[in-house]
Amino acid sequence: MTSITKQTLPAEWRDFFALTKPRVMTLVIFTGICGLLAAPGNLHPVLAFTAILCIALGAGGAAALNQWWEADLDAGMKRTAKRPLPGGRMRREDARDFGILLSVASVVTMGLAIGWLAAAILAVSIVYYAVVYTIWLKPRTPQNIVIGGGAGAFPPLIGWIAVTGEVTAMPVLLFAIIFFWTPPHFWALALFVQSDYAKVGIPMMPVVRGERSTRRQILGYALLLVPIAISPWLIGGTGAIYGVSALLLSLTFVALSIPVAFREAVEGDRMTPEKRLFAFSIIYLFALFGLLVFDRVAAYQHWPLPGVTS
Amino acid sequence: MTPEEEKEFKQRQKSRNWVIGGILLFFVVLFYAITIARMGD
Repeated sequence: MTSITKQTLPAEWRDFFALTKPRVMTLVIFTGICGLLAAPGNLHPVLAFTAILCIALGAGGAAALNQWWEADLDAGMKRTAKRPLPGGRMRREDARDFGILLSVASVVTMGLAIGWLAAAILAVSIVYYAVVYTIWLKPRTPQNIVIGGGAGAFPPLIGWIAVTGEVTAMPVLLFAIIFFWTPPHFWALALFVQSDYAKVGIPMMPVVRGERSTRRQILGYALLLVPIAISPWLIGGTGAIYGVSALLLSLTFVALSIPVAFREAVEGDRMTPEKRLFAFSIIYLFALFGLLVFDRVAAYQHWPLPGVTS
Repeated sequence: MTPEEEKEFKQRQKSRNWVIGGILLFFVVLFYAITIARMGD
Protein backbone atom coordinates (compact mmCIF):
# COMPACT_ATOMS: atom_id res chain seq x y z
CA MET A 1 0.00 0.00 0.00
CA THR A 2 1.19 3.48 -0.76
CA SER A 3 0.07 6.84 0.50
CA ILE A 4 -2.07 8.65 -2.08
CA THR A 5 -0.97 12.24 -1.49
CA LYS A 6 0.74 14.19 1.22
CA GLN A 7 -1.83 15.62 3.59
CA THR A 8 -0.85 18.65 5.63
CA LEU A 9 -4.19 20.21 6.61
CA PRO A 10 -6.42 18.31 9.06
CA ALA A 11 -9.27 16.56 7.25
CA GLU A 12 -12.69 18.18 7.47
CA TRP A 13 -15.40 16.45 9.49
CA ARG A 14 -17.48 16.19 6.29
CA ASP A 15 -14.82 13.92 4.83
CA PHE A 16 -15.00 11.66 7.87
CA PHE A 17 -18.76 11.54 7.37
CA ALA A 18 -18.25 10.69 3.67
CA LEU A 19 -16.02 7.75 4.72
CA THR A 20 -19.06 6.07 6.29
CA LYS A 21 -20.81 5.82 2.86
CA PRO A 22 -24.01 7.61 3.99
CA ARG A 23 -25.99 6.55 0.91
CA VAL A 24 -25.41 2.87 1.54
CA MET A 25 -26.29 3.48 5.17
CA THR A 26 -29.90 4.45 4.32
CA LEU A 27 -30.61 0.83 3.30
CA VAL A 28 -28.71 -0.46 6.34
CA ILE A 29 -30.79 1.73 8.67
CA PHE A 30 -34.06 0.92 6.90
CA THR A 31 -33.59 -2.86 6.99
CA GLY A 32 -32.26 -2.67 10.56
CA ILE A 33 -35.38 -0.76 11.67
CA CYS A 34 -37.61 -3.24 9.84
CA GLY A 35 -35.91 -6.20 11.54
CA LEU A 36 -36.35 -4.49 14.89
CA LEU A 37 -40.01 -3.58 14.31
CA ALA A 38 -40.98 -6.94 12.81
CA ALA A 39 -39.51 -8.94 15.69
CA PRO A 40 -41.92 -10.28 18.31
CA GLY A 41 -41.48 -8.47 21.62
CA ASN A 42 -40.88 -5.00 22.92
CA LEU A 43 -37.81 -2.86 23.22
CA HIS A 44 -37.63 0.46 25.07
CA PRO A 45 -37.56 3.30 22.48
CA VAL A 46 -34.21 4.55 23.79
CA LEU A 47 -32.73 1.06 23.45
CA ALA A 48 -34.30 0.61 20.01
CA PHE A 49 -32.74 3.91 18.92
CA THR A 50 -29.39 2.80 20.37
CA ALA A 51 -29.57 -0.54 18.52
CA ILE A 52 -30.16 1.20 15.18
CA LEU A 53 -27.46 3.75 15.94
CA CYS A 54 -24.98 0.94 16.68
CA ILE A 55 -25.91 -0.90 13.46
CA ALA A 56 -25.37 2.36 11.51
CA LEU A 57 -22.08 3.14 13.30
CA GLY A 58 -20.82 -0.39 12.71
CA ALA A 59 -21.67 -0.13 9.01
CA GLY A 60 -19.96 3.27 8.90
CA GLY A 61 -16.86 1.87 10.58
CA ALA A 62 -16.69 -1.05 8.16
CA ALA A 63 -17.14 1.36 5.21
CA ALA A 64 -14.29 3.55 6.50
CA LEU A 65 -12.03 0.49 6.81
CA ASN A 66 -13.06 -0.56 3.29
CA GLN A 67 -12.02 2.85 1.92
CA TRP A 68 -8.79 2.79 3.92
CA TRP A 69 -7.82 -0.54 2.35
CA GLU A 70 -9.01 0.27 -1.16
CA ALA A 71 -7.66 3.82 -1.43
CA ASP A 72 -5.29 2.87 -4.25
CA LEU A 73 -8.02 1.04 -6.17
CA ASP A 74 -10.44 3.94 -5.65
CA ALA A 75 -7.87 6.33 -7.09
CA GLY A 76 -7.87 4.33 -10.32
CA MET A 77 -11.64 4.43 -10.86
CA LYS A 78 -13.62 7.43 -12.06
CA ARG A 79 -16.61 6.77 -9.76
CA THR A 80 -14.48 6.66 -6.61
CA ALA A 81 -11.53 8.92 -7.46
CA LYS A 82 -13.02 11.87 -5.57
CA ARG A 83 -13.49 10.05 -2.27
CA PRO A 84 -11.63 11.64 0.69
CA LEU A 85 -8.57 9.34 0.49
CA PRO A 86 -7.89 9.23 -3.28
CA GLY A 87 -8.88 12.92 -3.38
CA GLY A 88 -5.95 13.62 -1.04
CA ARG A 89 -8.14 15.29 1.59
CA MET A 90 -7.32 12.87 4.40
CA ARG A 91 -4.40 10.87 5.74
CA ARG A 92 -4.75 7.16 5.25
CA GLU A 93 -4.02 6.34 8.91
CA ASP A 94 -6.79 8.73 9.99
CA ALA A 95 -9.32 6.77 7.94
CA ARG A 96 -8.10 3.49 9.45
CA ASP A 97 -8.22 4.83 13.02
CA PHE A 98 -11.65 6.36 12.44
CA GLY A 99 -12.94 3.04 11.10
CA ILE A 100 -11.56 1.12 14.09
CA LEU A 101 -12.96 3.69 16.53
CA LEU A 102 -16.46 3.55 15.03
CA SER A 103 -16.40 -0.25 14.89
CA VAL A 104 -15.26 -0.71 18.49
CA ALA A 105 -17.60 2.01 19.81
CA SER A 106 -20.60 0.47 18.02
CA VAL A 107 -19.90 -3.07 19.33
CA VAL A 108 -19.21 -1.96 22.92
CA THR A 109 -22.29 0.30 23.01
CA MET A 110 -24.45 -2.47 21.55
CA GLY A 111 -23.13 -4.91 24.16
CA LEU A 112 -23.71 -2.59 27.10
CA ALA A 113 -27.11 -1.27 26.00
CA ILE A 114 -28.72 -4.22 24.22
CA GLY A 115 -26.84 -7.45 24.80
CA TRP A 116 -23.66 -9.27 23.89
CA LEU A 117 -25.27 -11.62 21.35
CA ALA A 118 -26.36 -8.68 19.16
CA ALA A 119 -22.94 -7.09 19.78
CA ALA A 120 -21.12 -10.27 18.75
CA ILE A 121 -23.11 -10.51 15.51
CA LEU A 122 -22.43 -6.83 14.84
CA ALA A 123 -18.71 -7.49 15.34
CA VAL A 124 -18.90 -10.47 12.97
CA SER A 125 -20.65 -8.30 10.34
CA ILE A 126 -17.91 -5.65 10.55
CA VAL A 127 -15.09 -8.21 10.27
CA TYR A 128 -16.99 -9.95 7.47
CA TYR A 129 -17.20 -6.76 5.39
CA ALA A 130 -13.86 -5.17 6.23
CA VAL A 131 -11.68 -8.30 6.27
CA VAL A 132 -13.38 -11.32 4.64
CA TYR A 133 -14.93 -9.31 1.79
CA THR A 134 -12.72 -6.24 1.28
CA ILE A 135 -9.27 -7.58 2.05
CA TRP A 136 -9.58 -11.27 1.31
CA LEU A 137 -12.19 -12.26 -1.30
CA LYS A 138 -13.10 -9.14 -3.34
CA PRO A 139 -9.80 -9.07 -5.25
CA ARG A 140 -9.73 -12.87 -5.63
CA THR A 141 -13.06 -14.17 -6.91
CA PRO A 142 -15.84 -13.08 -9.28
CA GLN A 143 -18.22 -14.34 -6.58
CA ASN A 144 -17.24 -11.21 -4.61
CA ILE A 145 -20.70 -9.66 -4.96
CA VAL A 146 -22.35 -12.83 -3.63
CA ILE A 147 -20.00 -12.74 -0.63
CA GLY A 148 -20.40 -8.96 -0.21
CA GLY A 149 -24.16 -9.46 -0.14
CA GLY A 150 -23.70 -11.21 3.18
CA ALA A 151 -22.36 -8.00 4.71
CA GLY A 152 -25.45 -6.05 3.66
CA ALA A 153 -27.68 -8.81 4.98
CA PHE A 154 -26.72 -8.45 8.64
CA PRO A 155 -28.73 -5.31 9.70
CA PRO A 156 -32.25 -6.89 9.87
CA LEU A 157 -30.74 -9.93 11.60
CA ILE A 158 -29.11 -7.74 14.24
CA GLY A 159 -32.25 -5.57 14.58
CA TRP A 160 -34.37 -8.67 15.19
CA ILE A 161 -31.92 -10.21 17.69
CA ALA A 162 -31.70 -6.89 19.55
CA VAL A 163 -35.39 -7.41 20.44
CA THR A 164 -35.58 -11.17 20.95
CA GLY A 165 -32.07 -11.89 22.25
CA GLU A 166 -31.91 -15.19 20.34
CA VAL A 167 -31.13 -16.49 16.86
CA THR A 168 -34.21 -18.13 15.34
CA ALA A 169 -35.30 -19.06 11.81
CA MET A 170 -36.97 -15.73 11.06
CA PRO A 171 -33.93 -13.41 11.37
CA VAL A 172 -31.86 -15.96 9.42
CA LEU A 173 -34.47 -15.85 6.63
CA LEU A 174 -34.32 -12.03 6.58
CA PHE A 175 -30.56 -12.38 6.20
CA ALA A 176 -31.07 -14.87 3.35
CA ILE A 177 -33.47 -12.54 1.50
CA ILE A 178 -30.88 -9.75 1.24
CA PHE A 179 -28.09 -12.26 0.57
CA PHE A 180 -29.88 -13.69 -2.50
CA TRP A 181 -31.22 -10.29 -3.60
CA THR A 182 -27.78 -8.63 -3.84
CA PRO A 183 -26.28 -10.48 -6.85
CA PRO A 184 -29.16 -9.83 -9.31
CA HIS A 185 -29.45 -6.25 -8.01
CA PHE A 186 -25.77 -5.49 -8.47
CA TRP A 187 -25.20 -7.44 -11.68
CA ALA A 188 -28.17 -5.71 -13.35
CA LEU A 189 -26.37 -2.44 -12.59
CA ALA A 190 -23.01 -3.84 -13.72
CA LEU A 191 -24.51 -4.74 -17.10
CA PHE A 192 -25.44 -1.16 -17.99
CA VAL A 193 -22.81 0.85 -16.10
CA GLN A 194 -19.34 0.61 -17.51
CA SER A 195 -17.19 0.26 -14.42
CA ASP A 196 -13.45 0.52 -14.11
CA TYR A 197 -13.16 -2.57 -11.93
CA ALA A 198 -11.33 -4.50 -14.65
CA LYS A 199 -8.81 -1.65 -14.92
CA VAL A 200 -7.86 -1.96 -11.24
CA GLY A 201 -7.85 -5.77 -11.26
CA ILE A 202 -11.10 -6.53 -9.40
CA PRO A 203 -12.64 -9.68 -10.95
CA MET A 204 -16.27 -8.67 -11.52
CA MET A 205 -18.62 -11.33 -12.90
CA PRO A 206 -19.50 -9.67 -16.28
CA VAL A 207 -15.78 -9.24 -16.99
CA VAL A 208 -14.54 -12.65 -15.81
CA ARG A 209 -17.37 -14.99 -16.84
CA GLY A 210 -18.86 -12.79 -19.54
CA GLU A 211 -22.19 -11.06 -19.99
CA ARG A 212 -24.09 -14.19 -20.98
CA SER A 213 -23.22 -16.13 -17.84
CA THR A 214 -24.00 -13.09 -15.67
CA ARG A 215 -27.44 -12.75 -17.27
CA ARG A 216 -28.25 -16.42 -16.61
CA GLN A 217 -27.07 -16.11 -13.02
CA ILE A 218 -29.33 -13.07 -12.50
CA LEU A 219 -32.32 -15.25 -13.41
CA GLY A 220 -31.02 -18.08 -11.22
CA TYR A 221 -30.86 -15.84 -8.15
CA ALA A 222 -34.25 -14.28 -8.95
CA LEU A 223 -35.78 -17.79 -9.03
CA LEU A 224 -34.08 -18.71 -5.75
CA LEU A 225 -35.47 -15.56 -4.19
CA VAL A 226 -39.10 -16.67 -4.66
CA PRO A 227 -39.14 -19.52 -2.08
CA ILE A 228 -36.79 -17.64 0.24
CA ALA A 229 -38.88 -14.45 0.23
CA ILE A 230 -42.12 -16.31 1.00
CA SER A 231 -40.62 -18.70 3.55
CA PRO A 232 -41.23 -16.35 6.53
CA TRP A 233 -44.94 -16.82 5.71
CA LEU A 234 -44.59 -20.57 5.09
CA ILE A 235 -43.02 -21.18 8.51
CA GLY A 236 -45.73 -19.10 10.18
CA GLY A 237 -43.52 -16.16 11.08
CA THR A 238 -45.71 -13.67 9.21
CA GLY A 239 -49.27 -13.41 7.99
CA ALA A 240 -50.83 -13.44 4.54
CA ILE A 241 -50.30 -9.70 3.96
CA TYR A 242 -46.57 -10.32 3.81
CA GLY A 243 -46.81 -13.77 2.21
CA VAL A 244 -49.04 -12.88 -0.74
CA SER A 245 -47.22 -9.56 -1.35
CA ALA A 246 -43.82 -11.27 -1.20
CA LEU A 247 -45.00 -13.87 -3.71
CA LEU A 248 -46.29 -11.21 -6.14
CA LEU A 249 -43.20 -9.05 -5.75
CA SER A 250 -40.85 -12.01 -6.24
CA LEU A 251 -42.73 -13.25 -9.31
CA THR A 252 -42.47 -9.73 -10.77
CA PHE A 253 -38.74 -9.86 -10.04
CA VAL A 254 -38.51 -13.15 -11.98
CA ALA A 255 -40.66 -11.75 -14.82
CA LEU A 256 -38.33 -8.75 -15.16
CA SER A 257 -35.24 -11.01 -14.99
CA ILE A 258 -36.37 -13.21 -17.91
CA PRO A 259 -35.85 -10.60 -20.67
CA VAL A 260 -32.49 -9.70 -19.08
CA ALA A 261 -31.42 -13.37 -19.00
CA PHE A 262 -32.21 -14.23 -22.61
CA ARG A 263 -30.98 -11.23 -24.55
CA GLU A 264 -27.66 -9.92 -25.71
CA ALA A 265 -26.66 -6.28 -25.73
CA VAL A 266 -25.94 -4.84 -29.16
CA GLU A 267 -24.04 -1.72 -30.20
CA GLY A 268 -25.83 1.40 -28.95
CA ASP A 269 -28.21 -0.68 -26.79
CA ARG A 270 -30.30 1.39 -24.38
CA MET A 271 -30.29 -1.52 -21.89
CA THR A 272 -33.90 -0.86 -20.90
CA PRO A 273 -34.64 -4.35 -19.41
CA GLU A 274 -31.50 -4.15 -17.23
CA LYS A 275 -32.34 -0.63 -16.04
CA ARG A 276 -35.92 -1.68 -15.33
CA LEU A 277 -34.76 -4.70 -13.32
CA PHE A 278 -32.28 -2.63 -11.32
CA ALA A 279 -34.91 0.04 -10.48
CA PHE A 280 -37.41 -2.65 -9.49
CA SER A 281 -34.86 -4.47 -7.32
CA ILE A 282 -34.58 -1.39 -5.07
CA ILE A 283 -38.38 -1.03 -4.83
CA TYR A 284 -38.60 -4.78 -4.17
CA LEU A 285 -36.40 -4.74 -1.10
CA PHE A 286 -37.93 -1.60 0.42
CA ALA A 287 -41.45 -2.94 -0.23
CA LEU A 288 -40.68 -6.41 1.13
CA PHE A 289 -39.27 -5.16 4.42
CA GLY A 290 -41.93 -2.44 4.70
CA LEU A 291 -44.61 -5.12 4.27
CA LEU A 292 -42.96 -7.27 6.91
CA VAL A 293 -43.45 -4.46 9.43
CA PHE A 294 -46.96 -3.69 8.15
CA ASP A 295 -47.87 -7.36 8.57
CA ARG A 296 -46.60 -7.34 12.16
CA VAL A 297 -48.54 -4.14 12.95
CA ALA A 298 -51.69 -5.68 11.43
CA ALA A 299 -51.24 -8.75 13.62
CA TYR A 300 -50.76 -6.66 16.77
CA GLN A 301 -53.79 -4.51 15.99
CA HIS A 302 -55.91 -7.59 15.20
CA TRP A 303 -57.03 -6.11 11.91
CA PRO A 304 -59.65 -8.37 10.34
CA LEU A 305 -57.51 -9.63 7.48
CA PRO A 306 -57.53 -13.25 6.36
CA GLY A 307 -54.55 -15.36 7.33
CA VAL A 308 -52.92 -12.79 9.60
CA THR A 309 -51.06 -14.37 12.48
CA SER A 310 -51.55 -12.93 15.94
CA MET B 1 2.88 27.21 6.37
CA THR B 2 1.58 30.42 4.80
CA PRO B 3 -0.79 32.72 6.80
CA GLU B 4 -3.69 31.57 4.57
CA GLU B 5 -2.87 27.93 5.24
CA GLU B 6 -2.56 28.60 8.95
CA LYS B 7 -5.98 30.29 8.95
CA GLU B 8 -7.50 27.33 7.10
CA PHE B 9 -5.73 24.93 9.50
CA LYS B 10 -7.22 26.65 12.56
CA GLN B 11 -10.65 26.88 10.98
CA ARG B 12 -10.72 23.16 10.21
CA GLN B 13 -9.39 22.31 13.65
CA LYS B 14 -12.08 24.47 15.24
CA SER B 15 -14.95 22.94 13.25
CA ARG B 16 -13.66 19.44 14.03
CA ASN B 17 -13.46 20.27 17.73
CA TRP B 18 -17.07 21.46 17.70
CA VAL B 19 -18.22 18.28 16.00
CA ILE B 20 -16.23 16.05 18.41
CA GLY B 21 -17.61 18.03 21.37
CA GLY B 22 -21.15 17.60 20.05
CA ILE B 23 -20.66 13.85 19.57
CA LEU B 24 -19.24 13.44 23.09
CA LEU B 25 -22.15 15.39 24.57
CA PHE B 26 -24.58 13.24 22.56
CA PHE B 27 -23.02 10.06 23.94
CA VAL B 28 -23.17 11.40 27.52
CA VAL B 29 -26.91 12.03 27.09
CA LEU B 30 -27.37 8.67 25.31
CA PHE B 31 -25.64 6.67 28.06
CA TYR B 32 -27.65 8.50 30.70
CA ALA B 33 -30.86 7.58 28.82
CA ILE B 34 -29.69 3.96 28.34
CA THR B 35 -28.99 3.68 32.07
CA ILE B 36 -32.46 4.98 32.96
CA ALA B 37 -34.09 2.67 30.38
CA ARG B 38 -32.19 -0.39 31.62
CA MET B 39 -32.95 0.35 35.28
CA GLY B 40 -36.55 -0.58 34.47
CA ASP B 41 -35.56 -4.05 33.19
